[in-house]
Amino acid sequence: MQLATATKMFCGCRLMFGAPPNTLTCPVCLGLPGALPAVNARAIHFGLMIGLALGCELAPRSIFHRKNYFYPDLPKGYQISQYDEPLCRGGELAGVRIHRVHLEEDAAKLIHLGSSGRIHGSEHSVVDFNRGGTPLVEIVTEPDLHSPAQAREWLELLRATLRALGVSDVNMEEGSLRADANVSLRPAGSDRLGIKTELKNMNSFRYLERGVAAEIERQRGIIEAGDEVAAETLHFDPGSGEITSLRSKEEAQDYRYFPEPDLVPIATTAEMLSGARAAMPELPAARAERFERELGLGGERARQLGFRAELGDFFERALAAGDAEPVALANWVGGELVARTGDGDPAESEIEPAALAALVTLLANGRLSVTAAREVLDVLVAAGGDPEQIVAERGLGALDDTAGLAEIVAAVIAADPAAAEQVRSGNQKAIGALVGPIMRETRGRADGAEVTRLIRSALGLDGDAG
Amino acid sequence: MNDILELSAAAAAKAVLAGDLDGGELFDAYRARAGADELNAFLWVAEDGPPASSGPLGGVPLAVKDLFCTEGVPSQSGSRILEGYLPPYSATVVRRLAAAGAPLLGKTNQDEFAMGSSTENSAFGPTLNPWDRTRVPGGSSGGSAAAVAARLAPWALGTDTGGSIRQPAALCGIVGLKPTYGAVSRYGMIAFASSLDQAGPLTRDVTDAALLYGWMVGDRDPCDSTSLQFPGPIELPARSDLRGLAIGVPAELTGEGVEPGVLAAFEATLELIAGLGARVERCELPHAPHALAAYYVLAPAEASSNLARFDGVRYGYRASGADDLIEMYTRTRHDGFGAEVKRRIMLGTYALSSGYYDAYYGRAQRVRTKIAEDFATVFERFDFIATPTAPGVAFELGAKTADPLAMYLNDFCTVPMSLAGIPAISIPCGLARPPGGGPELPVGFQLAGPAFSENALLGAAFALEQALAFDGRAAAGAG
Repeated sequence: MQLATATKMFCGCRLMFGAPPNTLTCPVCLGLPGALPAVNARAIHFGLMIGLALGCELAPRSIFHRKNYFYPDLPKGYQISQYDEPLCRGGELAGVRIHRVHLEEDAAKLIHLGSSGRIHGSEHSVVDFNRGGTPLVEIVTEPDLHSPAQAREWLELLRATLRALGVSDVNMEEGSLRADANVSLRPAGSDRLGIKTELKNMNSFRYLERGVAAEIERQRGIIEAGDEVAAETLHFDPGSGEITSLRSKEEAQDYRYFPEPDLVPIATTAEMLSGARAAMPELPAARAERFERELGLGGERARQLGFRAELGDFFERALAAGDAEPVALANWVGGELVARTGDGDPAESEIEPAALAALVTLLANGRLSVTAAREVLDVLVAAGGDPEQIVAERGLGALDDTAGLAEIVAAVIAADPAAAEQVRSGNQKAIGALVGPIMRETRGRADGAEVTRLIRSALGLDGDAG
Repeated sequence: MNDILELSAAAAAKAVLAGDLDGGELFDAYRARAGADELNAFLWVAEDGPPASSGPLGGVPLAVKDLFCTEGVPSQSGSRILEGYLPPYSATVVRRLAAAGAPLLGKTNQDEFAMGSSTENSAFGPTLNPWDRTRVPGGSSGGSAAAVAARLAPWALGTDTGGSIRQPAALCGIVGLKPTYGAVSRYGMIAFASSLDQAGPLTRDVTDAALLYGWMVGDRDPCDSTSLQFPGPIELPARSDLRGLAIGVPAELTGEGVEPGVLAAFEATLELIAGLGARVERCELPHAPHALAAYYVLAPAEASSNLARFDGVRYGYRASGADDLIEMYTRTRHDGFGAEVKRRIMLGTYALSSGYYDAYYGRAQRVRTKIAEDFATVFERFDFIATPTAPGVAFELGAKTADPLAMYLNDFCTVPMSLAGIPAISIPCGLARPPGGGPELPVGFQLAGPAFSENALLGAAFALEQALAFDGRAAAGAG
């Protein structure tokens, strides 16, 4: 995961998406002769916050190692990473144990020219070092995830947690969050895991779930045929659904790790720890739990609003801005509002949290129908404004005038005696033939339950409903 | 003109600051002399003098070892793979010294990537010893040492990883200081072995060394995480005796393998030290005999990684005509590096390999710790340790090029201090005939002290220097 620091891991170059190639570079991130790294203190701070969020043990002393290999996107011929003394160890998130959390630097970006953009068949390749040296955090779990769906859900919670911390953009499509999945099977009842394979660089939650599912099926086939799974690094092609081998364990490189002599150990001071603690926001899992416990939200709704920080924020602001009932408000945020704003942040649409609170209160007070409320919400999301005013302007207020509504009901019954007779003779479905014209006549402002009551009353069916 | 060249750097700086000497004239005199270099000490000499300097170093020009990055000026670390490389920035120490009034005179020859003890491993030909042009100046900072000895430069910057300042200073009859590790920023020094490399001065006398060194240290460089704030300023030495000091002489570094002439000069100097009032006694550094072995694991291990960036992708030499990436890498590094560099890359790569790491790198690190503990123990009883700087005087060109181990033994007395990260200075203590006969050549005397003891070390070296009254002018005619 890329950290959202202002500058790179080991130099002062700015981090920015979309700048012209090789404009955000210096002797350090270009690996020029004589240049030396200096650790970004903000990256350490973020690393400690992640460690706290995941309940890790924060190492009082951790060191960087060099991981040596040759590739054109690696200007020094080694990546500065952490090896056997990482920043954080242990921990747990939603029942999944964390093995370790460590810091490292990202490689530069290779661009293959002269063909489809892939390395095979390209005429030559160029390197953009803008990304080179971006701070990365690698989070490794223990083998505690048991299904593709669980893997996906857990990764979504992890992303929500990291987003709440504000340490990363955690955008899988832009590559600021990437996942490698290690997959191994074991026979039912056994506690010994089989040989594992690694699926590299999956860039969406859906591909992760599909990739893991496909790999499980592939391994199952191998085992059921009596063969042995090979330890390999694999690539899942989401287009074709195929899994191909990147390299076998025998081809694995010897990275010749050794302690980075250009950097001194990171001694985590009490000040650094208290700084990280002070910066901790409420985390998604805790927020969901609070929504459930204190506001009475259902578990699923609580997790939806808790895990998506922007929804939780909007919900809480709306709650504070009015006197809407929490469960109803939560349902409107998580249901109707999300249906209109999708994966985006509702705060970036035109609707104010206070307006949604007012709308939900109008609805609860019977001042407008659900249908009308939906129409008001459409307007609020698209253009903003005050719900009362929109209701007034559009004449969407509920017909609380029972006498007026009763007249319309009587007229509709009179106009369709056949339907009225069917209802009277016990065909409940036929009531729709009467409700429809009434709602048309009232332009949806009538309360459906009230209309039904009035129809039944007019037809003399009171008292034996149900 | 020759009078100007005979002034020590400190005297020249004083004269310029007092208005008795024109800084431009001084620069031009050295530029002309360096430009007519017959020793192959310089790889590049400045065309024009800098604008008049108002810095405290008076504009006294500085010769700088090739491996320091100098903006827009070739910085090749003595290697074909960096031939013509022009860095976009200057090393911190070069910038600091230029700002203090020591402008760049030229870049000096060295063993490729500072790997060697004779400057014969330079891709640009060997430097000759100004005392005897059939002999080596030592290395790896041989160009800097020869330039200062021959009065081609008033003073120079070198680097020392296992003896690369002290040993050439000894072989050229000048002063060389290897500072406490971390005292001088390494930013902009093309790395050999990061945990050992230190920049230091090569000068005609101890006062010049103190003056130059005083402007190399100072505030910690934020660009070098391993650099440290030096505790207090460096003072110009003034001491005239050695009363109250205890000098330890480690048996392990002063016996077998040292040439008789060198040993004689060393013993005579110990007597002189005793005469100046110091207590001189034998001491022990029990792990010192293992230092060279540990060094030749650790330094190549770091070098194998530090030199990985020379891959032909971004700068420097790239072999042409390769069909694929691996071939480009292989041919670039095959053609671009010299034999000694390739030998050490292979040694280091092996030492770090999975399965061998503990047996080599891990064990060498433990030896390093033991050596540092040895010194700490000795410094409980002694102020300084004294050894010959090098086991022999300058040897003939080609004498040891076919025998890497014989070459490595040159650093036998200097490597332990490098591993311990402590400061050490070499001053000329006399002349000795080489074992095969021939004219007398300089002998170096090494004093080493605890970390950050540079002021005391320079003070003691100064008192000894006055008593020794070594005359290095014989080399001056050799330019």
